[in-house]
Amino acid sequence: MIKNISNLGDAAAYCDFGNEVDKKTNSNVIKFFKSIKNKNFDFIKNLTPSYNKLIISFDLKKTNFSKIKKLIENIEIIKDEKLLSKHIVVPVCCDSSFSLDIERVEEKIKLKKNEILENFFSKEYFCYMTGFVAGMPFLGDLDKNMRVKRLETPRVKVPKGSVGITEQFANVYTFESPGGWNIIGNTPLEIFNANNENEPNLINPGDSISFKMITIEEFKKINGN
Amino acid sequence: MEINYFEVLRAGINTTFQDEGRNNLYHIGIPFSGAMDYRNYLIANKLVGNESGSAVIEFALQGPLLKYQGSQINIAISGDVNFELKKGNKKFQGNCYESYTLDNNDEINILSTNKSVYGYLSINGIFDIKYQWGSCSVNTKANIGSNSGKKIKDLQKINIKNIHNNFTKKKLDFINTKIENIRVIKGTNFNYFSEKSKKDFFSKDFNVSKLTDRMGMRLEGPKIENIVDTNIKSEGLLKGVIQVPADGNPIIMLSDHGTIGGYPKIASVVSADYDKLVQIPPGSKIKFKEVKLSDAETLFKLYEIETQSLISKIQ
Repeated sequence: MIKNISNLGDAAAYCDFGNEVDKKTNSNVIKFFKSIKNKNFDFIKNLTPSYNKLIISFDLKKTNFSKIKKLIENIEIIKDEKLLSKHIVVPVCCDSSFSLDIERVEEKIKLKKNEILENFFSKEYFCYMTGFVAGMPFLGDLDKNMRVKRLETPRVKVPKGSVGITEQFANVYTFESPGGWNIIGNTPLEIFNANNENEPNLINPGDSISFKMITIEEFKKINGN
Repeated sequence: MEINYFEVLRAGINTTFQDEGRNNLYHIGIPFSGAMDYRNYLIANKLVGNESGSAVIEFALQGPLLKYQGSQINIAISGDVNFELKKGNKKFQGNCYESYTLDNNDEINILSTNKSVYGYLSINGIFDIKYQWGSCSVNTKANIGSNSGKKIKDLQKINIKNIHNNFTKKKLDFINTKIENIRVIKGTNFNYFSEKSKKDFFSKDFNVSKLTDRMGMRLEGPKIENIVDTNIKSEGLLKGVIQVPADGNPIIMLSDHGTIGGYPKIASVVSADYDKLVQIPPGSKIKFKEVKLSDAETLFKLYEIETQSLISKIQ
């Protein structure tokens, strides 16, 4: 499943699973990630799964690249598919106060707001990875006719909870942060909670997600306003 | 119950609680954080007789002015730091790598770091701060760690929970060596760049820009020309990785970096040079030198032996 293992610097292994960004390739990445993580090796510092790569950083005081490479080549992969999936429903409000870039998307892909939202809410998404900022999920895939590029000039501040789309992916901003995704709504759900140390992320790689449209009144109710 | 604390009369530019950082969280998007210059962090703790792993105050460029309230405490400062101590009516210049005893109302004024960036203040005790995932290290981007995940502010109080009884005066003869040549290993996208740019990367000077912080060191110099694709599929990052965005100016990822990124990776700084790299102040020139993986591994072993030998000299 791994096409190539090379070193990234002197304290990490860079596992390449191929060029494709699809569910099949990513599921392989996640299987390796979970199989290695389950072993709780004390010499491994961090594992970063992404669309088609897995980066494994290790403690250079305890091991080195050639030992880690051997370990990855011989690791037993978890077969149990159940480990991979959880289904989460994310409520999203698309009130005009939240859908900051809907007009831009309408113009770029030549669809009307109701058509865009109908398509967006009818699909089930797959979580490829989480990161960049804590807990941010990268979800796919959007239909071909729904794909739009990033903003030419990224926003300095994207509000927390914003639901954005770009190219084949959707995401949720878990913090107010700079960003260039096209914002079409906002969720009142807490996607990242640092106080829950065992499970800070609501959405994890391998999970399936669907979005449910809510009104501004429902949004305020969940948000506790 | 006695209460011991520092009153922050001036917070400084980027003053945070740090320790060894947190691991095993990259997959959820939380970076390592931790003290930027790990060697100086270790030394600061040893100078006050602390267990390794204890929390310290890290400051950058201009540090804090702190007034101490409470019963006797020992402190030490590591790095290349210009600081003053005020004991009663007496004001005097302090030395790095030497422990001092503070009494009620004494002050530490950390004026600046000399031709370097980070310094560390340790106490022979335990700060009363919050830990998340076993670390107090502050990540201001995700508001994780002690002090609500924020920098230390003017006029706040830093409470001290416990002062241990190790008051032995400790000292280390040590001068930080500076580097200009940063040793690197070629990155996974090295071949994304033009022949000229590959040569420039290993021969020309780069300037450390002012837009440098705990997240990344931004460089200016010859533009590094991408001939394949200025974006890659977003993938993991690590500290020391050098990314080149479309504008051709390299960025070196530092301890608070975003966990994933989509720019090609031209090289990675070797582990042995990381502590010295982060101490290079904005405005300085640096150069990159290529080394092989096996050499990088040996360099790290030597660096580690040197660190342990320094630590063991402090008794």
